Amino acid sequence: MTITDLPQPNPGRARLLGTATLLVVAAGSAAGLFLVPADALQGEVQRLLYVHVPAAWLAMLSFFVVFVMSVLYLIQRDPKWDLLAVSAAEIGIVFTALALVLGSLWGKPTWGVWWTWDPRLTTTAIMLMIYVGYLVVRSFADDPEKRARWSAIIGIIGFVDVPIVYLSVLWWRTLHQPPSSPRSMAGEFVYVLLLNVAAFTLLYVYLMLRRYRLAVAERHVEELRLTRDDGRIT
Amino acid sequence: MNRRRVWIGLGLVAIAGAITLLVAGGLRENVVYFLTPTELEAKGAEVYGAPLRLGGQVKPESVDWNPDVGRLFFVITDGETELPVESSGAPPAMFSEGMGVVVEGSYREDGVFRSHNVMVKHSNEYRPPKEGEHPREVYRSLIDEEAGG
Repeated sequence: MTITDLPQPNPGRARLLGTATLLVVAAGSAAGLFLVPADALQGEVQRLLYVHVPAAWLAMLSFFVVFVMSVLYLIQRDPKWDLLAVSAAEIGIVFTALALVLGSLWGKPTWGVWWTWDPRLTTTAIMLMIYVGYLVVRSFADDPEKRARWSAIIGIIGFVDVPIVYLSVLWWRTLHQPPSSPRSMAGEFVYVLLLNVAAFTLLYVYLMLRRYRLAVAERHVEELRLTRDDGRIT
Repeated sequence: MNRRRVWIGLGLVAIAGAITLLVAGGLRENVVYFLTPTELEAKGAEVYGAPLRLGGQVKPESVDWNPDVGRLFFVITDGETELPVESSGAPPAMFSEGMGVVVEGSYREDGVFRSHNVMVKHSNEYRPPKEGEHPREVYRSLIDEEAGG
């Protein structure tokens, strides 16, 4: 399959989505910072919740998308699934790192430590390593098809850790608290959190469109180079 | 050809599922981030001096904090067993009576748990302050600490 066959998102629509995303993210941040009061026990630090939780959600959503795209690639061998998978993996890495950093900043004043090897934190660090490894393996493969195949396998096997990250706080004793629910949170806090989760989800779709476009362009360049170097040792 | 790929895909998903079950099943039994006071007491002499974590609640009215020498004393409980904990250094700002804590250190022959690190385990509950209630700004203690206060 040549690159011209790859479907491309409409740039006009992507821009529109970008504007809408910016507005909703701004509204979510404003609501989290100014609309609701800070938590009675923790004070202002608790406002990190409105970014930490959406970031963790996006990380898991991204890696689920990597998983699905990897399965589709192995079945259909269509390069578009591979390019969507790598786009999702990169976004997932960014938001895993964000969730870890924000969690660390939140942990010091509340728990008393920046880091501890509890099951939630440890499995999250492993998740980050798995997907960084995914990118490293991709960079080793010169042949696009081989690269797509190898990374699809990692994208499927590596996903094993993602549900474990989520369930770690329910399965094991941890320092990290279990997930909050509408029962454990004041109603106004829940609404602001949901608004921010929605904002980040929009941001995810926007970033996917942009990253996928870039991936298609990269692939195009690679194909031109491979054609040019055909039969020659470089 | 395409059917073979479907089977490869399904096979990989099955392998991933099997790994999840095996890893999770194995780890579920073996991963213990902290011991409860009851478990620690049951182990007794077996774990004297070994580095470990102990988790439970701070027993109300048991806290004795001496800022002059930087010594903290309190009783940790899981509702069944109570153990005395001695720690050096100031506890985190959220440390309070009845709060969940995880302490790192070791259990000694004298029955006291000597800790070098007290961590506060807060709950997943969040609510706005009630009328007249002022939230503690837990991060302030860090800024003061930096300033040498």
